[in-house]
Amino acid sequence: MIATALSLPVILPEAIMAFGILVLLMIGAFRGEKSVWLVTEGAVVTLGVALVVLLFGSRPEGVTFNGAFTDDAFARFMKALALVGSLTTLLLSIDFLRHHKLGGFEFPVLMLLGTLGMMMLISASDFIALYLGLELMSLALYVVAAYSRDNLKATEAGLKYFVLGALSSGMLLYGASLMYGYSGTVSFAGIALALKGPAPIGVVFALVFVLAGLAFKISAVPFHMWTPDVYEGAPTPVTTFFASAPKMAAMAVLVRVTLTAFPGVASEWRQIVTFISIASMALGAFAAIGQTNIKRLMAYSSIGHMGFALVGLAAGTVEGAHGVIVYMAIYMVMTLGTFAGILSMRRNGEYVENISDLSGLARTNAPMAFFLATMMFSLAGIPPLAGFFAKFYVFAAAMKADLYGLAVIGVLLSAVGAYYYLRIVKIMYFDEPAKAFDRQGAATRIVLAGATAIVIFYALAPAPITNAAMAAAKSLF
Amino acid sequence: MSGNWILSALLIVPVAGALAIMTLRGDGEATKTNARWIAIWSTLLTFAISLIGWSEFDNAKAGFQLVENHEWFNHFILYKLGVDGISMPFVLLTTFLMPICILASWTSVEKRVKEYMIAFLALEALMIGVFEALDLVLFYVFFEGGLIPMFLIIGVWGGKRRVYAAFKFFLYTLAGSLLMLLAIMTMYWTAGTTDIEVLLKTAFAPAAQKWLWLAFFASFAVKMPMWPFHTWLPDAHVEAPTAGSVILAGVLLKMGGYGFLRFSLPMFPDASVYFAPLIFTMSIIAIIYTSLVALVQEDMKKLIAYSSVAHMGFVTMGLFAANTQGVQGAVYQMVSHGLVSGALFLCVGVVYDRMHTRDIAAYGGLVQRMPRYAVAMMVFTLANVGLPGTSGFVGEFLTLLGAFEANTWVAFFATTGVILSAAYALFLYRRVIFGVLDKPNLMAIADLNWREIATLGPLLLLTIYYGVHPQPIIDVSAASIDALLQGFNHAVAATKTAAL
Repeated sequence: MIATALSLPVILPEAIMAFGILVLLMIGAFRGEKSVWLVTEGAVVTLGVALVVLLFGSRPEGVTFNGAFTDDAFARFMKALALVGSLTTLLLSIDFLRHHKLGGFEFPVLMLLGTLGMMMLISASDFIALYLGLELMSLALYVVAAYSRDNLKATEAGLKYFVLGALSSGMLLYGASLMYGYSGTVSFAGIALALKGPAPIGVVFALVFVLAGLAFKISAVPFHMWTPDVYEGAPTPVTTFFASAPKMAAMAVLVRVTLTAFPGVASEWRQIVTFISIASMALGAFAAIGQTNIKRLMAYSSIGHMGFALVGLAAGTVEGAHGVIVYMAIYMVMTLGTFAGILSMRRNGEYVENISDLSGLARTNAPMAFFLATMMFSLAGIPPLAGFFAKFYVFAAAMKADLYGLAVIGVLLSAVGAYYYLRIVKIMYFDEPAKAFDRQGAATRIVLAGATAIVIFYALAPAPITNAAMAAAKSLF
Repeated sequence: MSGNWILSALLIVPVAGALAIMTLRGDGEATKTNARWIAIWSTLLTFAISLIGWSEFDNAKAGFQLVENHEWFNHFILYKLGVDGISMPFVLLTTFLMPICILASWTSVEKRVKEYMIAFLALEALMIGVFEALDLVLFYVFFEGGLIPMFLIIGVWGGKRRVYAAFKFFLYTLAGSLLMLLAIMTMYWTAGTTDIEVLLKTAFAPAAQKWLWLAFFASFAVKMPMWPFHTWLPDAHVEAPTAGSVILAGVLLKMGGYGFLRFSLPMFPDASVYFAPLIFTMSIIAIIYTSLVALVQEDMKKLIAYSSVAHMGFVTMGLFAANTQGVQGAVYQMVSHGLVSGALFLCVGVVYDRMHTRDIAAYGGLVQRMPRYAVAMMVFTLANVGLPGTSGFVGEFLTLLGAFEANTWVAFFATTGVILSAAYALFLYRRVIFGVLDKPNLMAIADLNWREIATLGPLLLLTIYYGVHPQPIIDVSAASIDALLQGFNHAVAATKTAAL
């Protein structure tokens, strides 16, 4: 791959997104509130076109912006995930936003901006590009977190997220500048060349700051404090968004930075990643047990799942990277399915979000209960569902890298975590039925059923995802 | 080779039945009846196919037969099925017990019949898969996948403390099997494959064997269950609906023993020798302690559950005696226990359906109103005790014979368990069947109806048939067990020579 100053084919999906955003913003600005439907449709089309170009456009892989932007198999895979996540979230959000009279044209545009940030983040191959992408994504996310601006909880969530997010960005910047001081370059490849041999203490500091900044974005312990509050406070479609696409981007950049910029100091970051991983799995498993709000529960669940994904990263091998990629793909499907379920929890026209509202769902709405139960068993990692294979890959990679302690702790914590997923199944299947939910909207029903189908039938035809993920993982080494 | 479709068909037919039931709409009586008929026909069809498989099966061959092999997870995991003399009896046991379970639930399950039948059919496919899988990961998928339907069966159709029992069952078994999963991964990275046929020929380093053995042990000891990991079993048994208990005792418990025999013994022979004293100790404690516990139970199901733990003690003892009699006896004991304890749970179900209590004290003198029931229960009780002429005797006798050869003291202590089993089983029988018929609500109790005769009859015939003519089961498994033990002794001897 040759680095060019500017190559349009390499950045074509991003260019489409940027163009679409500007056009939609113009339409919104001039036509006002009347244009909401048009802008939403436009956003869906933009995301769809970008996705199609990304997946099916016969573009050569390449590096552009003088090495700051890499378009390789890994970037394409993760971008595809981010785009699918955004697209699905957008479709899921329409009913909810209309119901809560939150339907401004800004929402789709902000989501597109955030997604563009994610795509830049995923492709970033130096720290400047990384920071640009990260901030573009985060600023859009800060705004959508507080999108329901008359709601106290939502504004609190947005503010919390902003303050803590700004702090973490600062840490990341500090780490990056320290790294620049030690290596004389901001490019990942350059840093990798400069960091050979034993790492000076300053480099370890820089490493800690960079990893802390990125761990915040994937909400890994001990940088997870914002997650439960934001998940609970933000409007549910926004929570869906938070749980899916940005996680893909942040995990992607974490994997890319550690594996391409810091392979020389692997023993140092492996300690950090191992600790973060164990702490996340443990907190995710134990803290979720007592939750009564299903969005809060999903926040802890996502913390735990990031811990499991990091098990693969801790291995630091091709198998490990492959494990992380597959894990994130399957996790996103499960998350979108579950949130589609949560968005269907509507009674007498009002959205409800307590776990107890699901009681006896198996008798009032059997298909929905079946779909949600499948999601829960899959999240718990029970075979033959997809969630099991996700865990299988990361733990297999850890075992190959001789990380026995991490693997044993990990699987035991996954047994603890299974408890709270089972609890939801118990409430839906064993308990006496509550009043039935309102009729499901088309979008939620399709997403929930589709996610269930993927989760169940993944085992029958795993090749497309695993092969693509393997190619993606190999492009990092 | 012909018949390469049979093993897959055994998985597909129950799943197809479940899908067919899923398409039924509504909750009316007609839907329930349809669901029941679809379930019974698909289980009967599965049984018929397994009989075809049996007829294609060549007893003289030691290796795997009817093998199907396809790539699954690109070069990583295989979809590979096959049966040998060790797994064939268990496949047949499963397919045989399933129609009986469906029939036993015909009227006793009234609510959510559709879901019930779907869960049972899914469970059947997964259980058969466990015994057929020739790839470790595939085995694991079936092994643990069975937790989902069983969790729902206990939790939805169970008794008063069903939620507690369902969670305990699920989490206990899950925690145990996850360690096995890590061992499976290690074996993959060491041997480069998860193909069981290849792994059976792979020699693992003795030091690694111990860890791998322990990880597999964690899973199978819970599933078996061995003392002290048995505490989930009485709860699960008591709360599960009758057919759930039958499957639990008849098939799910056998997975632990099957796992020991399929993996622990042949793949980790040195570790098996090393840990044999531990197994013997745990088996003896299980036999004596749980028999004593069974004596004081006031709940019929709980009593039988504890007796199951004791009987599984004989199985583990026989397996790790690692000689022909012991292993043969263990296999026989597992099959026989599948029939007998399944039948005993059905017997409890019969009176429970009428009186809605499992309290032993609530019964007495049933022989005067239910003579047919008394006869059936007597045969199964005596088989449970291990009386000669019933299938229970053959297994118990062979395992004791094997243990005697391996370690006289082990056999000595285990034999006391036989006496104790006679004590608790006959004590139960006396309290329920004999005595004075003085409980007023028992006066009008009805004897077995045609449906109950149809469920208990086949079990009764087989219990006696295999008691007087054990050769069919022994013939099926003999060649495979001989080959297994040959490899085992060879590997152990090789390690000894290397150590000298």
